Amino acid sequence: MSASTAGAAMHLTLHVWRQKGPKDAGRMVQYPARDISPDMSFLEMLDTVNERLVESGDEPIAFDHDCREGICGSCGLMINGSAHGPMKLTTACQLHMRSFKDGDSIWIEPWRAKAFPVIKDLVVDRGAFDRIIQAGGFISAPTGTPQDANGLPIAKADADLAMDNAACIGCGACVAACPNASASLFTAAKISHLGALPQGQPERKRRAKAMVERMDLEGFGGCTLFGECQEACPKGISLDAIMQMNRDYVLASATAVEEKVHADSA
Amino acid sequence: MSALRRFWASTIGKKVVMAVTGLLLVLFLIGHMLGNLQMFVGADAMNRYAALIKSTGELLWVARAGLLAAAVLHIVSAVQLTMINRAARPADYAKREPAVSTIASRTMRVGGVVLAAFIVFHIGHFTVGTFHPAFSHTGVYGNVILGFRSPWVVLFYVIAMAVLGLHLFHGAWSGVRTLGLAKPSPDPLHRKVALWIAIAVWAGFTAIPVAVFLEILR
Repeated sequence: MSASTAGAAMHLTLHVWRQKGPKDAGRMVQYPARDISPDMSFLEMLDTVNERLVESGDEPIAFDHDCREGICGSCGLMINGSAHGPMKLTTACQLHMRSFKDGDSIWIEPWRAKAFPVIKDLVVDRGAFDRIIQAGGFISAPTGTPQDANGLPIAKADADLAMDNAACIGCGACVAACPNASASLFTAAKISHLGALPQGQPERKRRAKAMVERMDLEGFGGCTLFGECQEACPKGISLDAIMQMNRDYVLASATAVEEKVHADSA
Repeated sequence: MSALRRFWASTIGKKVVMAVTGLLLVLFLIGHMLGNLQMFVGADAMNRYAALIKSTGELLWVARAGLLAAAVLHIVSAVQLTMINRAARPADYAKREPAVSTIASRTMRVGGVVLAAFIVFHIGHFTVGTFHPAFSHTGVYGNVILGFRSPWVVLFYVIAMAVLGLHLFHGAWSGVRTLGLAKPSPDPLHRKVALWIAIAVWAGFTAIPVAVFLEILR
């Protein structure tokens, strides 16, 4: 089973978190990963290791993935202590084995947060993010079919701000990288995205309040501005979004928009 | 009232309380540091400055009560947020490298504990006189000179002020950001301002015990 491409095959040692199910204690297990092509993506490397595990009758390593193009937000691995691995602005699926050296040891762990319980091995339940969105990350008014471009004038700076924050794919790297397991960057990206556009204005305060309270309710930590989330984010969401979230939240609280978020809807 | 309680229940609400009280304490520290520098002007100047503060009577107690309230709110919100943040990550990584967080940001909690201990000692040392070998209620200059005779006391002050400098740097810039008062920028101005405030407060406060210890002030 030699590498099929021009680069010399690599021999690696993997340390992988294995956990049979949500109730299992879990542990780090060491696996050899021999004859890995530097042109493989990180997930292709795991596929190769899994094929060999299946051939030898072992349970393959479970990990989340979908588009493998860096746009869906499904994959998410803590690789050598960095969310999505060592490459900046890159998801785990778009990370390639040429970022590693022959003979390297690679530590692969799931996102760690109380709000992201492990389902199996490297797969975590990111339903908490869905519930934050359900709390207010939307626009209720039916807007019909797309209107003409520039039919609704939006300043270039606002459009750019909304687009930059809309780039969030909800992968959870911000939570994984934050020493407080805070979901502030994710929640702030959504609040800032919709809050920058005219369509988002009617529900702006209600949205900020409901989403922040949902975020707290899910058991994420608070923001202490370590800046680790911004560094880990594969889509380059800026910490500035958190400033906007705080402003909107404080304003919403000061004007007392009363709408209770219930714990039992989780 | 319920709106206020709801605000305090949120992590952002507590953080806002911590930021507001922290920034008030930063303003106090700048004034305190500048006032103390009169040690270098002379004994008369320092003692007159102290007498002026004492002469404000009830106003002084209003200021003290305000500072105490700010410190208590600052500590309570910090303790509660720390507990929330710890609980948010019950299982830690086997391997984790901080990528960009500063030493200042990572020592906020332990630094806060050191500063709380320092404040208790400092008030007992120079305000009440309990921890002072020969305290005089009128001779502030002499109290400072005698108070810094002990190398251990000087060492404690020097360490505490280094901790204060780190705490101030991260606290001042992140507090402004928490309140959403800064302009969006990858290299924000308030971060540089916070750094210079931290350096100035650290240097101003450290200069006095060191100058007494080296007998530049006597």
